[in-house]
Amino acid sequence: MSTTAPQLGKKRKKRGSVLGNTGLYLAVGIAALLFLIPFYLILRNALSTDPEITGENWKLLPSFQWGNISELFDDQTVQFGRALWNSTVVAVLMTVGTLLVCSLAGYGLARIPYKHSNKVFYVVLATLMVPTAVTFVPSFVLVSSLGWVDTYRGLIIPGLFSGFTCFLFRQYFLGFPKELEEAARVDGLGYWGAYWRIVVPNSLNFFAAIATITFISGWNAFLWPLVIGQDPSSWTVQIALSSFMTNQTVNFHLIFMATAVSILPLVFVFLFLQRWLVQGIAQTGIKG
Amino acid sequence: MSTTTTRGVAKPASAKASQARPRRGLRSNATLNFWLFTGPFLVGLVIFVFVPIGWSIWLSFFDARYTVTPSHFIGFDNYKQILTNSNFPQSLLTFTVFAAFIVPTTWALSLGLALLVNQLRFMRAFFRSVFFLPTAVSYVAAALIWKMSIFSGVRFGLLNTVLGWFGVDNIAYLANPSPPWYWVVIVSLRLWIQAGFYMILFLAALQNIPAELYEAAEIDGAKRGWQTFRYITLPQLRATSTAVVLLLLVAAYQAFDEFFNIIGTKATWAQTPLMELYKAALGNSQDYGAGSAGAVILSLLICVVTLAQGRIMGFGRGEESK
Repeated sequence: MSTTAPQLGKKRKKRGSVLGNTGLYLAVGIAALLFLIPFYLILRNALSTDPEITGENWKLLPSFQWGNISELFDDQTVQFGRALWNSTVVAVLMTVGTLLVCSLAGYGLARIPYKHSNKVFYVVLATLMVPTAVTFVPSFVLVSSLGWVDTYRGLIIPGLFSGFTCFLFRQYFLGFPKELEEAARVDGLGYWGAYWRIVVPNSLNFFAAIATITFISGWNAFLWPLVIGQDPSSWTVQIALSSFMTNQTVNFHLIFMATAVSILPLVFVFLFLQRWLVQGIAQTGIKG
Repeated sequence: MSTTTTRGVAKPASAKASQARPRRGLRSNATLNFWLFTGPFLVGLVIFVFVPIGWSIWLSFFDARYTVTPSHFIGFDNYKQILTNSNFPQSLLTFTVFAAFIVPTTWALSLGLALLVNQLRFMRAFFRSVFFLPTAVSYVAAALIWKMSIFSGVRFGLLNTVLGWFGVDNIAYLANPSPPWYWVVIVSLRLWIQAGFYMILFLAALQNIPAELYEAAEIDGAKRGWQTFRYITLPQLRATSTAVVLLLLVAAYQAFDEFFNIIGTKATWAQTPLMELYKAALGNSQDYGAGSAGAVILSLLICVVTLAQGRIMGFGRGEESK
């Protein structure tokens, strides 16, 4: 650490002091440890037995009860596999649907000349004033009238039409190089063809960023699935976890194993797609 | 799905274009395409955003208990009721207290982390990932760990274990509202989840500060550290800071998940505005009128914040530049 620091620091001499560096890394290291504690707790408790979790003496490492995993999925009273499946369906379809609908609209607003285009855009902008969480009561009224309570439709479709995501796509497409599209035009492609053959393949980074954000927020959503999922068969992972907390019948080690399993896919998504995610957030300044 | 749409719409489009090749045809082609691209989204927006909002404004003026198609018009009674005869005003106070805790702490922590990470030369990506990782965790999962492990009121709770080493007695963080230890639980949870996210925003902003500014300051004799931070870094981050504060406010305003799972809706304390709406509309009373009235009030309040945010972050700025 300290051997390479002076080399890099040649240009700015004052920065490279070994003492300052040690202090810096000490501070960052302690902060990082604190941030990692909750992850450690999940894993430790997920792989422990109940007496180990509730025992008087704190044990740093669990006894690695890998059997907890199969116990979780075999337990019929918990139905965790079902919840996991529901969450997967909801998060995947929501991501695909949102990307499709919002990107098309964003492109139309940004690039297709139409005299009332600005007025339409203002209609979209107006929806940004009211956050979706506040409208859950009216949305529930509508969705229940449609008979969509306890269905995938009810969980997914109302969330697809995000004014904000559409807005982000529009801003992105405004900056998309016109020359590429014009070349496509010369080749005889219409708007539709140019969009799918030229615009989308050249915007995969941006699509990946929005997809990651949408997937994470779809997977982690709580309020809407809580309102819509009245029957346990339509519960997502988050609702199942929440019910474990109030339900006294589920064992500690199973609750923590369920938590670990619910977080794991996201951590992977997160680690592999982090580059796009960071880029997306830096560009747009949002979380889903 | 996409193939049927292509076939269904491409035909009339090309037919029109070939009918009248010159200008007019091209223009109507554009118009048609505009609606083809934006149509699905706009239809959904009307059905799932505008209709519910309109419906709930309508409901808020009716006696809508157990029904969403009421017939008894009662004027502003729902508004009167939810503003005077319920816990709704109390929940706005809860939000205010929560915001007073969470906004400054998240701002300071995320900025602090960004400043630290920005100075790292080794393992920078690693540390950035560590601080950013909690963003992937749901509030429900975090609430579970916070409630059942870290802040568990019994001996095996992590914090009580650690405090026990120093001879401190067990603290029941969540059992009762006084002393209000529950704020420590709630605030630290949200801090953990969202600090990394705002750190990314600050990191991006830090990297946009021109290095010449620091060099110039050095020539002028400014000391590295506090002076450059106070007179260069902080002013340069003003736009980002404002945006972060507003985003934090809007997020705090919509707090629900962790309160619902840690405090619960049966408690008499720490009920957020959305929890009160949830109880009014979906609890035992199923009073959609009062719930809608509350939603309208909340929406109006948050509109003010969002409008300010729009001003500052430059929503719709594309217009002028276009």
